[in-house]
Amino acid sequence: MTMHHPAMETGRRGRYVPNLWDVFAFILLFGSLILIVHGGRETLVPLGTLDTSPISLDPAMLPEYALRTTLRMLEAAVFSLIFTFAVGALAAKSRRAEMVIIPLLDILQSVPVLGFLSFTVVGFMALFPGRVLGAELAVIFAIFTAQVWNMTFSFYQSLKTVPADLDEAARAFRLSAWQRFWRLEVPFAMPGLIWNTMMSMSGSWFFLVASEAITVGNTTITLPGIGSYVALALDQRNLAAIGWAVLAMLATILIYDQLLFRPLVAWGDKFRVELTAGGTEPRSWLLDAIHRTRLSQTILAPAGAALMSASRQPLRVPALLSPRARKTWSEAWGSVWMDRAWLTLVIIASAYALWLIASFVATELAWRDVADVTSLGLLTTLRVIVTVLLSTIIWVPIGVWIGLRPRVAERVQPLAQFLAAFPANLIFPFAVVAIVRLNASPDIWLTPLMMLGTQWYILFNVIAGASTFPNDLKEAAATFRIHGWDWWWKVMLPGIFPYYVTGAITASGAAWNTSIVAEIANWGQTTLVAHGLGAYITQATDAGDYPRLVLGIAVMSLLVVLFNRLLWRPLYAFASRRMRLD
Amino acid sequence: MNIVESAKFHRSGEPTAPLVDLSGVRQVYRKSDGSDLVVLDNVSLTIAGGEIVGLLGRSGSGKSTLLRIIAGLLPATAGTVRWCGKPVTGPCEGIAMVFQSFALFPWLTVLENVEIGLEALGVPAAERRRRAIEAIDLIGLDGFESAYPKELSGGMRQRVGFARALVVHPRLLLMDEPFSSLDVLTAETLRTDLIDLWSEGRLPIESILMVTHNIEEAVLMCDRILIISSTPGRIMAEIKVDLPHPRNRLDPVFRQIVDDIYSRITQRAPEKPGGASFAGAGIGMLLPHVSTNSLSGLMEALAAAPYHGKADLPDLAATLQMPADELFPIMETLQLLRFAEMAEGDAQLTDAGRHFVDLEIDGRKRLFAEHLVAYVPLAALIRRVLDERPSHRAPFMRFSEEVEDYMSEEDAEDTMRAIISWGRYAELFGYDEEARQFNLENPA
Repeated sequence: MTMHHPAMETGRRGRYVPNLWDVFAFILLFGSLILIVHGGRETLVPLGTLDTSPISLDPAMLPEYALRTTLRMLEAAVFSLIFTFAVGALAAKSRRAEMVIIPLLDILQSVPVLGFLSFTVVGFMALFPGRVLGAELAVIFAIFTAQVWNMTFSFYQSLKTVPADLDEAARAFRLSAWQRFWRLEVPFAMPGLIWNTMMSMSGSWFFLVASEAITVGNTTITLPGIGSYVALALDQRNLAAIGWAVLAMLATILIYDQLLFRPLVAWGDKFRVELTAGGTEPRSWLLDAIHRTRLSQTILAPAGAALMSASRQPLRVPALLSPRARKTWSEAWGSVWMDRAWLTLVIIASAYALWLIASFVATELAWRDVADVTSLGLLTTLRVIVTVLLSTIIWVPIGVWIGLRPRVAERVQPLAQFLAAFPANLIFPFAVVAIVRLNASPDIWLTPLMMLGTQWYILFNVIAGASTFPNDLKEAAATFRIHGWDWWWKVMLPGIFPYYVTGAITASGAAWNTSIVAEIANWGQTTLVAHGLGAYITQATDAGDYPRLVLGIAVMSLLVVLFNRLLWRPLYAFASRRMRLD
Repeated sequence: MNIVESAKFHRSGEPTAPLVDLSGVRQVYRKSDGSDLVVLDNVSLTIAGGEIVGLLGRSGSGKSTLLRIIAGLLPATAGTVRWCGKPVTGPCEGIAMVFQSFALFPWLTVLENVEIGLEALGVPAAERRRRAIEAIDLIGLDGFESAYPKELSGGMRQRVGFARALVVHPRLLLMDEPFSSLDVLTAETLRTDLIDLWSEGRLPIESILMVTHNIEEAVLMCDRILIISSTPGRIMAEIKVDLPHPRNRLDPVFRQIVDDIYSRITQRAPEKPGGASFAGAGIGMLLPHVSTNSLSGLMEALAAAPYHGKADLPDLAATLQMPADELFPIMETLQLLRFAEMAEGDAQLTDAGRHFVDLEIDGRKRLFAEHLVAYVPLAALIRRVLDERPSHRAPFMRFSEEVEDYMSEEDAEDTMRAIISWGRYAELFGYDEEARQFNLENPA
């Protein structure tokens, strides 16, 4: 009997015929390998070489700087993924770990990212004395903190919401915990994780650029990269160089998007749980190329198969104890007494930490400092509110106009996302030059700098909301001749509200983070300072004044937490309760 | 008690041990206020080799819970569960399950989905592939091996579900309402295919246990039907079906069995004077969330030709193209409100019911309000409290908490939803969802 099974044949490969895609694939693959090796070797050189081969403003150096910057971003993303898998899974699986991890993550994502850098750079330098590696790690750690929290949250949320039927199927077919993780939980979490990774990485270009050239007390580090290139250009008042850096950054983000994000999104699409084949599938030329080229198939397929077969192994934790002993153990582990012991442990640890903070801050600070910082914090809060309000007034009508015109939206949407990813601090200098020339008040005119990076989040979310606004509702509004003010308040604004809130939350988070960079600006020897908490933190960092740094960061984190709890969460809950259109 | 005809089916003299042996199984959920909700009470059953057993009951009767206890997915609160003579502590080897929602992994192809159960058993890759393809062939999925579930129709998806279960060569196949998310035609094709394979002895399994709420489906497929009562779930009756396969739905014996089961399921519970078989009484009466449109729709259908006020329930269900499971709660609500009554599987409008059908919209609302206050204690209570309070307002919690003393939170939620929608229709009271507050503002 001859049986023909397409599935049986997938294992066999036909003759090897190279095609055009193979040539591209070959060049791309080896090109990136060489670049990675080169970039990696640079991190192992002694710190001194940074002084002997200082940053050069020659535009020809920019591709290499861009590469170094990009590698840092990738390394941070790898660490973020590892952390996400470990900590997200732990929080989802263990009730007791969850009690501690989730509130902790919530606070951690309110801590300004550059604050982490100021704290840790000295520690990392001490870890690898005299090597560039220490400084590299400090920057990578800062970028890691900009990416990791919401990735972990997303993963944790996904693990907690694995559909009950799939969970039961996995249990009924007796998948081992290992198989379950790789065959059910990770695939289910994939779309959310990819989206959040993309968002986090886009958002962290800003911090990457800001942290490559940093001074903490007596330690000044300038790691080769686009950020330090811009810092040097600022120092030397070289606007042309800044223009080149902006171009390099644009190119970098574009390449990153094409080579990493698009293939990822296109690939991740198959993990969506909706069982309907609707909508347009995201596509990527690179992914298509990989699927089409025989060379990449012959190299990648075996690696992929090896990985897959690892995920298929029914690995189980060997049973060290007898079933009876295991039962006793699991009963004891799950008992109320164990809960109480755990709670006691957490309380003791928190009390110790509190004592540590108090004794550290109290050595040099008085209540007056706290009052000062709080009032500065309120000023910055005001700036954040103004930033969000201004962005709203400007971009909501424009976003709606664009979103309602599918052909325009199609073009503008990627641009808005791209602008959100672009590190706005690269264009600060142009604004600073204007302020210096016009002798304007920094207290007022540094505020629009915060808008430069943050407004795009509102724009692209509003576009997304308006373009998914149901057509029948639009038609209903038209047939009942609802116009003008009524149309905005009763039809469109409620329709896009959930999207707007999402955008505004991201924008306000970004605005807080930006304040650290935007409230203080340099142009050669001229320094512009606005009164605010961001400037306070930057000055404390420059001076290496740790108690004031701790105080500033703590107050900012507190303000962010309060802002989130009192404003954004209720708004978000309201939006998802009352204004969902599905 | 009107329960248990026979709860023990030990066939003495039969040499082999039963596959499944349950005795005195009880399942209790602890509610948030600390009280208990009994889902299954004193359930005993055995499943021997070579039979198809059906668990038939209303939704919420705990039949799916029972299936999950047997599957080892859920530990029973009390009682013993044995699989092939050994106590069950978790999912056992030799049992496979087919799900109502198919539960396919969307990111795996048909072939990979079918292989997954074998991966758990650690079967080597080549052997895995061979067996998966065998199962795919058997169940009629050839050519779809590399498709993803989202590319398939519902019927094809459930075939994947069957192939995935059969490939592990289970001794017992558990099926949780496997056909109820499919359209009528597809479901019938799948049933027939499955029964054909079973009768020809081509399925690598010994027995099937299926959960269903579809009476005809149970009679069509099963050798033995266990009828489960609601709240708490008990085995109310066991019915043997000795007809040979393939069975004919129009066969008078077949119809006889279906009618018999209908009347058993809808029969009056003598100890409950309400006439309807609602769990609980007084404030604690569990109300189904039935829309007032369905209520008047059913009354109108009953009043119209060819029924003129009286109808055979299976017949009515067929005419309305409605599964019995959806018809029951509507019928019971009508009984509760004294607009209709049940006798021997026949539904009959009362005088009030006939009157209702003749009235215009405002008259209907007034009559409905009268009956609601008279026969649904919760409605009467809400109206009384609102009348007594000077503000004529009362928070949702005032009543929901009282209701929760008698039932699970989920049921209480349903009951409150039902009473709000009935009260609004009757213009007995208003309700402000934002403030979660009852009021007397809207009513006339």
